[in-house]
Order: sequence, then C-alpha cells, then structure tokens
Amino acid sequence: MFKLNNYGTRKLVLDVCKNRLYSASAAVAPKTKAKQEPKRENESFMANIFRGSLVTKQVFPYPDVLSDEQKETVGGMLDPFQRFFTDVNNPARNDENSVIDPETLKALWELGGMGIQVPSEYGGLGMNNTQYARLCQIVGAHDLGLGITLGAHQSIGFKGILLYGTPEQKQKYLPKVASEETYAAFALTEPSSGSDANSIRCRAVKSADGTHFILNGSKIWISNGGLANVLTVFAQTEQVDKKTGEKKDKVTAFIVERGFGGVTSGPPEKKMGIKASNTTEVYFEDVKIPIENVLGEEGQGFKVAVNILNNGRFGMGATLSGTMKKCIEIATNHANNRVQFGQKIKNFGTIQDKLAQMSILQYATESMAFMISQNMDSESQDYHLETAISKIYSSECAWHVCDEAIQILGGMGFMKEPGLERVMRDLRIFRIFEGTNEVLRLFVALSGIQFAGNHLKELQRAFRNPASNLGFIFREASKRASSSVGLGGTDLSSFVVPELKEYAKNAAVCIDLFGRTTEAVLMKYNKNIINEQLVLNHLANAAIDIYAMIATLSRSSRAAQLNLPTAEHELNLTKALALQASERVIQHLKKASSGQLQTEKKMITAIATKIFDEEGVHSTGPIELN
Amino acid sequence: MARVLVGVKRVIDYAVKVRVKPEKNGVVTQGVKHSMNPFDEIAVEEAVKLKEKKLAGEIVAVSVGPTQSQEVIRTALAMGADRGIHVEVPAAEYELLQPVHVSKILAKLALEEKADLVILGKQAIDDDANQTAQMTAAVLDWPQATFCNKVEKTDAGLTIVREIDGGLETIKTKTPAVLSADLRLNTPRYATLPNIMKAKKKPLKKVTPKDLGVDTTPRIEIISVEDPPVRQAGAVVADVDALVAKLKEGGHV
Repeated sequence: MFKLNNYGTRKLVLDVCKNRLYSASAAVAPKTKAKQEPKRENESFMANIFRGSLVTKQVFPYPDVLSDEQKETVGGMLDPFQRFFTDVNNPARNDENSVIDPETLKALWELGGMGIQVPSEYGGLGMNNTQYARLCQIVGAHDLGLGITLGAHQSIGFKGILLYGTPEQKQKYLPKVASEETYAAFALTEPSSGSDANSIRCRAVKSADGTHFILNGSKIWISNGGLANVLTVFAQTEQVDKKTGEKKDKVTAFIVERGFGGVTSGPPEKKMGIKASNTTEVYFEDVKIPIENVLGEEGQGFKVAVNILNNGRFGMGATLSGTMKKCIEIATNHANNRVQFGQKIKNFGTIQDKLAQMSILQYATESMAFMISQNMDSESQDYHLETAISKIYSSECAWHVCDEAIQILGGMGFMKEPGLERVMRDLRIFRIFEGTNEVLRLFVALSGIQFAGNHLKELQRAFRNPASNLGFIFREASKRASSSVGLGGTDLSSFVVPELKEYAKNAAVCIDLFGRTTEAVLMKYNKNIINEQLVLNHLANAAIDIYAMIATLSRSSRAAQLNLPTAEHELNLTKALALQASERVIQHLKKASSGQLQTEKKMITAIATKIFDEEGVHSTGPIELN
Repeated sequence: MARVLVGVKRVIDYAVKVRVKPEKNGVVTQGVKHSMNPFDEIAVEEAVKLKEKKLAGEIVAVSVGPTQSQEVIRTALAMGADRGIHVEVPAAEYELLQPVHVSKILAKLALEEKADLVILGKQAIDDDANQTAQMTAAVLDWPQATFCNKVEKTDAGLTIVREIDGGLETIKTKTPAVLSADLRLNTPRYATLPNIMKAKKKPLKKVTPKDLGVDTTPRIEIISVEDPPVRQAGAVVADVDALVAKLKEGGHV
C-alpha cells in the first residue's frame, strides 16, 4: 500500500491545467459536445462541490457494498490474521533488528497475506478493496513496518500486473507473487526525480529487431528493493509520434525479473521508522527485457504509475485508522488506571478532551477510507480527489493521535516499552511518501478548480450565444437554484437522520461558501491561480474538512438507521466534528479570498527570499552575539 | 480408522468482557465477538493430526446452534475438517439447550455417519458444563477417554494419557470411543487465509434435531443471571497485630 516515494502530481496537474483548462484550443462549445460520444458525468462528490453542484451518489447513503458472503469471508479471516500479528510477529524486534526474520516472513506467506487481492484462479484470496481495507486495519494496529513490506509488494509492487497485465503476464507472474514467496517491488523514484515523476532518467532502448529492450539506470528508496525478484520499473523510452513522425521521450512501464541479469541492489537504507521494511537502491545495467514484459502500452508508463498509486492509496486511510485505534486503546488504558493528585487522570477534562478528539479523528479517517474503498468496489472511476484527501487526512490525524497518546502517557509514553515511540517514528513517512501531503493538497485544489473552471468556461461560452444554448443555460440555472452554490441553497437534511439535521446544516453552509469561494478566486486570479499556493492550500484544507463532515454524517446516519448499539456514540462523534470542522472550513475559505492573505504573502515572500539568500536565520541575536 | 466426528461450539470470544443483560436473564450476545470454543479448537487440531498421520480418513465437524454456528464449522473446515453438519436450533431455543440434548444429537450423528471416534472439547468456556463428552459416550454406550493429554494409536485401539488431579494417567481404549480434549493436548493451528477460501467450497449439511429424532424440549428455566460480586476495596494495615485483629474481626481466623 505504500512506497517510499512521491510522484509528479504537481507536474501532472500543472500540465493538465496548462493544456486543458486555459488553452484557447480546448474551447468546445456545449452544442458540439453533444455530437461527441456522451460525456460521462463526474461522480465525485468533492469535484462537484468545486463547481457548486451536489452529486451525492458516492456519499449518501453510506455505501454498503459487501454481500453477506463477502462479509462472512473476510469476517472469518480477521481472527487468523490478527493472531499472526499477536502470536507470531514481533514489531519491537523487527524494529530493533531493522529486518523481519525469515520465519515470520514465511509465516506471513503461509498465512496467505501476500496475495490478498490476487484473484483466486492465480492463487490469491480474491478480496475486493473493502475486504482488503478491513485487513489493512489489523496491519496498521500492529506493525506499520511489516505493513510496508506487505504493501510495497501487493498494493503497488505487482498492482500494475493486476491492473494492466496481459493474460500471459498475469498467468506468468501472479501465482508467483501471490503464493510462491516471490517478492515484488515498485521502482519509480530516482535521485533527481521525486515528486516530479515524469523526469526520471532510467532509459530503455529497444533492440533493432524489436524483440527486447535494454534497460540502464538506477532507482532509490525502493521498498522491498533487496527482496524483490519481480519489479515494476519505469523508464524513458523513445516514442515516435504516429502522425508527425516526431521522436519524443516517454515513460514506459516494464516487468523486470531480477533473473534477467544486470539487476542489483544496494544495502538496506538506515531509516527513522518503518525499519522492518527493506528499502534499497536498485541498479539496472544492460538489463535485457523481453518485449512481452512491457506493462501497459509503450509510452503510457506515467499513466500506469499514477493509476497504480491512485488505486493503492485508499489502503493507507484504512491502515492508519487501525493504528489510531490502537493508540487510543493504549492511551485509554493508561488514563483509566493512572492516579495523580489523588484521582484517576481520566477524571480530568484535559485528558477527556484529548481522548475525545482522538476518537473523532479516528472515526472520520475510518469513515472516509471505507467510503472510498466501497466507491471503488462499486466501479466508480472518480475517486482520485477523495483518495488524495484521505491520504492527507489519515497521515496527519494518525500523527496527531499518536502524539497525543504519548502525551497522555507522559514520561512512560517516551519510553520504548509501550511501543508508541516506534509508532510515531513509523508514522512520520506517511506524510511524505505516496505523494507528499503538500503536493497532494495542490492536486486536490487544482483538480477541483480545473473541473470547476472547465464548467464555468462552458457556461460562459453558452452565454455568448444564449439563443442556441438556452437548454443548457436553463438546466444549469435550475441546478444552481436547487442544489448549488452561489445562491446558498445547499440542503443536506434529506440525507441524514433527524438528530443530525442541524449539523448537516453546518456542512451545507460550508459547501455553499466553498463553491462561492472557488468561483471567486478563479475570477480573481484566472489562470494565475496555479501560482497561488497559499490560496490553494486554504481551499484544500477546507475541502478536506468538508469531506470529513460528509463521511461522518453519512456513516453515523447509517448507524442510527440500523439501530447499531454504538449509534448514539457515533452521532456524538459526528456532531462534535461538524461543529469543529465547519468553523475551520469557514476560516480557511474566508482567508482564501481575503485581501489579508495577499498582504501576508508579500511578507512571507520577503522573509523566505532573505532566508534563502542568507542560507538560514537572518536576525541579530537578542544580545547581539551571533 | 475411517471417520472422526468433532464437535465445535460457537461461544463468546475468550477475550470479550462478558456483560449481563439488564433483564438478568442472560448475557449480552448481540454485537459481541464470537469464536470457536478454545477446547474445541484443540479437538479439531487433534483430528487433523490423526488425518495427517493417515490414522483418520475423514473429519466431520458438527455444530449445534443458530445460523451463526456455521461460522465455527467454516473455521473447522479451514483448519482441515472435510465436511460440516450444522444442527440448527433457533436462537431463542438455543439459550436453554443443555449437554443432555447435545449429547443425544451427537450420538445420533455418530451412528448415522458411522464415526469411529468422537472428539469433543472437555468443556465450553461459556457454560463450563464439562458434560457433553461423558453423556455422549453414555448414550452411545461407547468407552470414553476424557481430559486427553496425548492420543496414540496402538494395535488394540488407542493409548491415551489423561490429565488428572496432580498428574497424568495412561489408559487404553478400544474404538469406537468418545474423547474429550484438554488444554495441553496440542496447540491448534491457525486457519490460513487460502484455506478459509477453500473451506467455502467444502460441503456443509444442515439438519434439525427433529430430523435426528432428538427432543430438545427445555429441561431448565433460567431464574436469574448475576454479575460476579465486585471486589471490595482493600485497606493498608499498619502492622502484623493490626492485620491479625482485622482478620479476627472478619471471622477469617
């Protein structure tokens, strides 16, 4: 599920924005659009609120995709899977030794934990995303380091073969990686190519007879790099444009076996956390790759990489919701027993507040993760904004929750024994890899704006010739009046249980303001919006909190409707979140469109420029002794 | 030997903190994690071991209870049992089902299935009755070997080491026989995830006590279920004299 790596979301978004959103050549009148093949409506709730419309299919009611049989199957696996982590695996030892011992790994293979989503005809368990997510929670609760080994293998290592493999490739590789103790890895990142994945330098040259490629180059920070015998590798290849005959470098994905020769790996990297996982450099020297090992189409490797990552990212939210649950359990246990000032510390308001906040964040993270996994399982194509939000949210909430758990344990939390310090170190990477949270915030804001911008353009064009586009304009007008921004008409009350109506209003107000703000900043900055990172960050932060409110409103409404024994508690978590999050959203949105932000930005630019010039702090010491 | 019948009961998981229902007529089971009775896991493991040693040909796992009992049959199938029989008893009726009923059901099935060996857990961790194996042997009029610590095949039948107070007892028995598994008989394996998938394809037959001609009319009535008394707060005494005085005061010495 994770890789020690980022990818070029920013590049992607910027490229897309430059080419599509703001170029005049992209102008397609609504009228001509109808003649093309019918355009599929974007079903993403989040994308749509950027343009002020409410598309609730993915979020209300809370999805429930598992059949009774699927539920029973994964239900029966929870115990044995859990037992592996409590009886066989030892996370502290893995961390201490910076390696997982062979017996534990063997047990993990025997358990069947390495091919969870591989179809059963290839020797895997054939779990869908939601079933996988449930198992991920167990991994997250026990050992994130081992989770990386597991995730680098199946969430990204061989995911490309699952998504893009030919029947022959699947037949050849999937049985091995699902159950025959062959590790897989995903090799994209290079020393000069982190967030900007299109800039990789590994190169594969096709032989004159077209039967194979020769690959040269090196990769860094490859999880399972020292273990893997099957690697998904991305390299530049020369592609000839069929129309113009122009030669251009484009990324192609390959399935590379270590056995091809010329594949070597460096020593395991020494890391802050997730030490149990193996992270190495991987070198390719004249590696001969048969042509049938091209994964996907030649020149389409960047798309392959992005889709593998997008597809795997949902697992992180689920995993970290498990981690948070465990942190809360440890902290609760301590607070229930620790006596200070003559009473249990659980009686103190501060401790109560901390644990309540931690639970709210856990609930929201979990609600998002399973909303997304279930959307994906119902064949939704539009989950990229949501998975990015879930990645950002879960990695930051888990960090905060673990930090607070340590704080509740006090000095004890700082010691190795309760295990929280290891979790804290393990968690740090989650805000960095699989797309840094910074890049993903821009991705969220810019993809949303791009979507809204396209839509606005369409509307503007329609107004230029209202007579021939009346139908379009009327449809749009009625949409906006009933359920859209600009007019403040968002109403979520029909989607939630009566107890939550008032709180759904908080979310509705945010959604209205969100659409208005997006429109306002788009008008204000036009295409320069891509350079306004501070504005974009505020928009992204608002989007993230809105999604948290929606996911919890939806899930707890379901809990209440089903009369679950925990329904009342879940309603409380939701209400508290709605109050807190809506306040934050309004703050962010006001800031995004305020003049003050520009004043601030001037100062920030000035300060930063000075720091860069001076290569560090540039103030005279308080006692003038620098 | 050809066929082993193992009993598997679905009970509230050992790690769950059991709560009494407010009406005091039972414990809360809704939304509570259940799993296979740990002693039954040991029984299944022993049967699977016998099969691996080619001493058993087929393992049939039986569970008596509501629909959810099929979960533990699936677990047994994932551990290595070949097929399952679910004797369905509706949840309401199940609350008053006793070893006297279950043993008749198991005995009937043992005969129907032509079992050579019945292996049961020595007791279930919910009602702690420790009666079913003994009663089953009685109904069948077969020899019984309870609290097994070790089971070995010998020419005449089985040589069995039993756990008894303060030591071990070795006995021999002919088959068919009824065994009950004690804690140290073996360490049950975990069902691996691929085996859980395979277990879904193994046959699971459903019958009712009526089909088997067993009368499950309740023999008991639950008057009241109470929480164990809460431990009283202790007190620190100054010295031995004070301690002795306190003990005398409480009538303990």
